[in-house]
Amino acid sequence: MLHYFEKQSSSSPAPQAHAIITNVSRRSFIGGMLKTSGVALALQIVPGTANAFAPYPTGGLAMPHGVVNDPHIFVAIDRDGQVTIVAHRSEMGTGARTSLPMVVADEMDADWSRVRIIQAPGDEPRYGNQDTDGSRSIRHFLQPMRECGAAMRFMLEAAAAVQWGVDRSLCKARNHEVVLLKKGSDGTLTETTQKLGFGDLTTIAMAMPVPRRDQLTFKQPGEFRYMGKGKTQIVDLHDITVGKAVYGADVRLPDMKYAVIARPPVVGGKVKKFDATETLKVPGVEAVHQLEGSMPPAKFAPLGGIAVIARSTYAALQGRDKLVVEWEDGPHAVYNSPAYREAMIAEARKPGKVIRNQGDADAAFAGAAEVFAAEYAQDHVAQAPMEPLVALARFVDDKIEVWAPVQSPYGTREDIAKAMGVPVENVTVHVTLLGGGFGRKSKCDFAIEAAKLSKMQGGAPVRVQWTREDDLQHAFYHTTSVERIEAALDKSGKVVGWRHRTVAPSIASTFGEDSGYQFKIEYGMGFADMPFDIPNIRCENGQAFAHTRIGWFRSVSNIPRAFAVQSFVAELAHKLGRDPKDLLIELVGPDRVIDLKTAGMPEDFWNYGEPYEEFPIDTARLKNVVNVAAEKAGWGKKLPERQGLGIAVHRSFVTYVATVVHAVIGEDGTIRVPEVTTAIDCGFYINPERIRSQVEGAAVMGMSTAMYSGITFKDGRVEQSNFGDFAVARMENFPQKVNVHIIEPTSASHHASGVGEPGVPPFAPALCNAVFAATGKRLRNLPTGEKVEA
Amino acid sequence: MLTISVNGKDYKFDGDPNTPLLWYVRDELGLTGTKFGCGAGLCGACTLHLDGVAVRGCLTPVSDASGKQVTTIEGLSPDGDHPVQKAWRDLNVPQCGFCQAGQIMQAASLLAKNRAPSDDEIVQEMTGNICRCGCYQRIHAAVRVAAGGV
Repeated sequence: MLHYFEKQSSSSPAPQAHAIITNVSRRSFIGGMLKTSGVALALQIVPGTANAFAPYPTGGLAMPHGVVNDPHIFVAIDRDGQVTIVAHRSEMGTGARTSLPMVVADEMDADWSRVRIIQAPGDEPRYGNQDTDGSRSIRHFLQPMRECGAAMRFMLEAAAAVQWGVDRSLCKARNHEVVLLKKGSDGTLTETTQKLGFGDLTTIAMAMPVPRRDQLTFKQPGEFRYMGKGKTQIVDLHDITVGKAVYGADVRLPDMKYAVIARPPVVGGKVKKFDATETLKVPGVEAVHQLEGSMPPAKFAPLGGIAVIARSTYAALQGRDKLVVEWEDGPHAVYNSPAYREAMIAEARKPGKVIRNQGDADAAFAGAAEVFAAEYAQDHVAQAPMEPLVALARFVDDKIEVWAPVQSPYGTREDIAKAMGVPVENVTVHVTLLGGGFGRKSKCDFAIEAAKLSKMQGGAPVRVQWTREDDLQHAFYHTTSVERIEAALDKSGKVVGWRHRTVAPSIASTFGEDSGYQFKIEYGMGFADMPFDIPNIRCENGQAFAHTRIGWFRSVSNIPRAFAVQSFVAELAHKLGRDPKDLLIELVGPDRVIDLKTAGMPEDFWNYGEPYEEFPIDTARLKNVVNVAAEKAGWGKKLPERQGLGIAVHRSFVTYVATVVHAVIGEDGTIRVPEVTTAIDCGFYINPERIRSQVEGAAVMGMSTAMYSGITFKDGRVEQSNFGDFAVARMENFPQKVNVHIIEPTSASHHASGVGEPGVPPFAPALCNAVFAATGKRLRNLPTGEKVEA
Repeated sequence: MLTISVNGKDYKFDGDPNTPLLWYVRDELGLTGTKFGCGAGLCGACTLHLDGVAVRGCLTPVSDASGKQVTTIEGLSPDGDHPVQKAWRDLNVPQCGFCQAGQIMQAASLLAKNRAPSDDEIVQEMTGNICRCGCYQRIHAAVRVAAGGV
């Protein structure tokens, strides 16, 4: 049955919106067979009035290799009725590996208990974009997967029509079968007892031409079996609970070697000299190799260092402990976090490059009755997925096979091909489950290391295992930042001017020459897109040059921006004697779709890659989540001493999220969070159970980031080394009850939007606002620490 | 030469007796359900049982296991239906799932010694197990559910 997956994909570039790839050779092969009675009827099209799911463009079309919706690529049906659906996005905890195939199964009316999922290798020309990042899996692939399932249903019904020699309109797929209908004298359709299982129909169905988008009918929500129900458990649930789920380090090959690497402690550093004498004496250690590194900007190229190859992980680790390496640190040894913070603050206090300009901010500030300003800062953060980085590679005859937990399997293929000097066709990347990703596993340096070491070992399979220390000290870090906000107030206390300066080393420095400035993606994350109804707004960017590898971490720049903007609103409310939620709603202003031009937003405004017309900034939806979260949390209720509520709202990944945190301050100053209430408007949604789990998890990660987790540098070296000094929320102090309210979409224009990341940004400001409400102490630096001095 | 009993089966071991149990069960026995998370006893991903009591596989040398019963997630129950495993599934606890074997082994160890733990006792027992996805709310609830079924 796997032959269904061997069909070569179209070599043409990304298809146009919703174009169906048809397989000409398959059509001609089966042509003779279909020249039988009934086929013409079977393929007759019922015009599209029943087409309840109007197409809309998404940013998926502009991603590398776009989207693919061909059932021949994603679906196979065995003769016994077993349905196999391909998951082409990586699973790192969001549920995408379940949810997208579930969409296909629902539209084709398959019985989920007879569906199995197989994971696609990295092959974007075949499957469409696989870069599992940016909260995009459902946003970009809901439509193609519905189309895929609807097309498969069409083909199965048409196959039944051929079998029975009737019109396709008399064939209805229902729960893994197609049922024959009969038309009564009054034209009503009733079911007969005649049925054909999907397995009986597969040979003909799979030979059918794939119908066009405008030929498809889609289920009405009332007909959904799985979508929107939240009853479908993740496909790996059982395996996870019995220890059989396969993650990166769980793949084993015969004669596999185990490697760990001592990497330069300062980015861009080199090995000056090393002595492996003692290392090579460790039983089980077989070899030591020096790996060349790269000075940034080097994208995801490995850092280099000294690799120890052994017959077991333990031997490799012991061998590395015994290495004596003298490093040449290079220019980034100047990186010291306290001094860097001071420089960022100084930069934020002077004018920067203007990114957004609405009205006349200078005049507003010059004429202000009062100016209020505050500065917010954040340390670097490491993503620290529970599964440390790991990859297994085998390099034989210029062909490379890799097994790895990667967020972007095709990107990994391309990067390995480039690093190893082989064509991309020579590289195969198998995707295991990811034990968390959070952006770190978008960067495939660890897989490149494995490929290089396998080649150095003459083609023996090599697994490179990163330790937690490696993970924390050689990440692509969430940026450190200073955000300064100033508000110009008129005599009545109305905000008439807003100036926001952001200073942070940029992700762009990982990819190209560092200008010190950020770029449009970072500007689009809660900075230039700030939605307040203030007549004069200026957003400026001050320079900060990177001294480490800057990457992205779940929700990226939205964390410091939501923290700054939403904390500032609460500070302003306190100053003005207003309720923070009321002021927030007032600042968002009237219901409207923000006009980018009027708002003075940048010409290259970045809307998470989505077309703005389809995914605009809608202030009514923004205010709605605020109101829902506030109401459900009992905003305004009287709380005991040393307790408080804080609220924050943020739009990110084209999703609207508001969070109310209830903070309780213990006698010793410990901040605790008994309850969190979040309202999320992610438009049309398909798996509410996984949305809840993502939002629950976002609160925990939000709390880690707000209170515990920070990476700092001394002389270019990361100061933290493991979960002792890089703390994360644990069960002894976590948001104990997270109430999640998913907003029902009220319009067909509320398209499915991001879920994995947007729960994170509102947490830190909501927490710090709650701490202020409880204690009067304002926290402006992340991480805050676990305790507050009242 | 040591004799190590893992999931009811005896193995002879003549390697370095300081080898952590984590690497022994993973690399030598191929029991990959036990995970490497930190190597320093700080995260609990490698939790397995020695005579039914949760220990960190990354800090426990093979020599400590001599003469004792080692149980890994693969051996917790013959058909994967330990009450803790069932509760984990009933409440859809996992997200990425990587830490969950350690969480389940820790919870099973707790319930073996305390059939009706209080909320605080659950917290005390489970706080050494990190879940970066943030499944704590469901983990806590699942331990309670499992306690009803142990």
